[in-house]
Amino acid sequence: MALLDQPDVLAPLPPVGLHFIEALDHSGLFGRGGASFPTGTKWRAVAQRSRGDAVIVVNGAEGEPQSKKDRMLMSTRPHLILDGAFIAARVLRARRIVLYIGEGYIAARDSMLRALAQRTEPERGIVSLAAAPARYVAGAESAAIHFINEGVATPTSAPPYPFELATLVQNVETLAHVAVLARTGAIPGTVLLTMAGGVARQGVIEVETGTTIAEAITRAGGPSVAPRAVLVGGYFGRWMDNDEARRLPVVRESGLGCGVVGILPMSRCPVCDVAAIMGYLAGESSAQCGPCFFGLRALADACTRIASQGSNPVALQRLERWAVEVRGRGACKHPDGAVIFLSSAMSVFAREFELHQSDHRLRQSA
Amino acid sequence: MSTERHLVVDRIRCDGRGLCAEILPELVRLDDWGYPILKPGPVPEHLLPLAERAMADCPVLAIALRRR
Amino acid sequence: MSLVLLSAVVILGILSTQRVQGSFWPRFLTTGLHRNLALMTVVFLVLHVVTAVVDPYTNLGWAAALIPFSSYYRTFWLGLGVISFELLLAIVVTSLLRGFLGHRTWRVIHWLTYAAWPVGVVHGLGTGTDTFSAWMLAITGACIAGVGIALVWKVASGSSDPLADARATFRREAR
Repeated sequence: MALLDQPDVLAPLPPVGLHFIEALDHSGLFGRGGASFPTGTKWRAVAQRSRGDAVIVVNGAEGEPQSKKDRMLMSTRPHLILDGAFIAARVLRARRIVLYIGEGYIAARDSMLRALAQRTEPERGIVSLAAAPARYVAGAESAAIHFINEGVATPTSAPPYPFELATLVQNVETLAHVAVLARTGAIPGTVLLTMAGGVARQGVIEVETGTTIAEAITRAGGPSVAPRAVLVGGYFGRWMDNDEARRLPVVRESGLGCGVVGILPMSRCPVCDVAAIMGYLAGESSAQCGPCFFGLRALADACTRIASQGSNPVALQRLERWAVEVRGRGACKHPDGAVIFLSSAMSVFAREFELHQSDHRLRQSA
Repeated sequence: MSTERHLVVDRIRCDGRGLCAEILPELVRLDDWGYPILKPGPVPEHLLPLAERAMADCPVLAIALRRR
Repeated sequence: MSLVLLSAVVILGILSTQRVQGSFWPRFLTTGLHRNLALMTVVFLVLHVVTAVVDPYTNLGWAAALIPFSSYYRTFWLGLGVISFELLLAIVVTSLLRGFLGHRTWRVIHWLTYAAWPVGVVHGLGTGTDTFSAWMLAITGACIAGVGIALVWKVASGSSDPLADARATFRREAR
């Protein structure tokens, strides 16, 4: 039964203990925050470190600009999410639950707080609210934890995190799935996607695992104009040719990240759009590591120059060199994500990048 | 192999001071902005003393030798 | 002699933070010299202390060399020297153990240099038997000028970290 078909009612929580982690393993549930990490494995790691003082972070930061599913879920199914959070707190023996909600998402926040006020479980008393800053990297696990502990949403190095207390950072959609698993014995077997760009009906849809992107596009009313390519996974994802993307099944291995599916119409210039997004990603660097801050900025500037002044082989070579050099040399995954975004664009739009002229007429082939 | 040592940079602490690249150019080169690019793989035996010097001389203790 | 060495060490230390280098002067040379001269300075200072203690004319005794303001001879000025020396010892020892102490602890203690050096200079002026001779004044003046210029240059240059501004901006906005 799909998440969005679930009623959002208040009902006593089923009893859960450490054995619930095995149920998570068997269900095959994976995270919906972007990393698609197996949820059972994650919980087991936290359980091992918990000394009865674990922290549950309900991640509703939704920093990916095109994604809307977390907000939608918080606004319409807050009790499901809180169920999942309380269950996590019981299984992992937590002393604190933090609702990490994007600072601008007022409706979502109010919905969650209203639902919280209606709860009667003892966990209600250990819940606090943290307003996630409106920065792209603020939704990253280490940034969330750093914000809660130190007040600044700067990401730190990739795991293992050097944090004192065992901490679970879990996306709101994943927690909703956890709640359904605990109540009914099975996960919904669905994924929330945010359909963006050239589709008739942009917005959040829920599809069954295994559905293809083509079916998802149909569910969203079909393409509004002839599609050129698809961005799978938002800015932290990758570009795919329209034909290849349509065949992609919505499963963990497909790397859908936070579930944003953006259709780029033929009518838009991919080079210009990629340059704009690279500019955004460069500006969202937390400026803690030189290769990320300077490297992404250089890549973005080079893309913008190609977009506004036209392409040439030297510029393209430099883009490729920098992309290789920047990758893996930041503390977090932000530069890697940006590089994958750009590299996939340069592969899918190779012709456009090679031939781009400032007035968007492709150079006549010799 | 348990005796293998690898160079590791703490990317947040690293300031692009560049001493590591001066001391150990065989394994460290600087990118266009002065930050180190490490040659992948374990540190060869004969370069270990220089690697240890790079580790000690880094003004911000950002580069280290680790057993993988 | 110690004064000249110590001043050179301080100047090199300041230059290290400013990432000074030339085509034939790699950065590790500045830090290497700084370190070696610092160790040499310690040696000279120990000699200086020993010769002062065993000098039959001053009759200081070891206590005076280790406990500030405990000598009868020029109590105040000598005491300053003891303080300066002990600060320097702390700085050198923490530097040798930097790997174990971590960067932050090491850095905080290293800032004591800005106290140890001037205190040492004043000690030298106060206890010297030939303080007001021409060449002594010239040397002291040159040392003070050297460190002064390096400091002014450092302060005027601002942060040498190219990420400092951007990092601060992000931290402000990501609260």
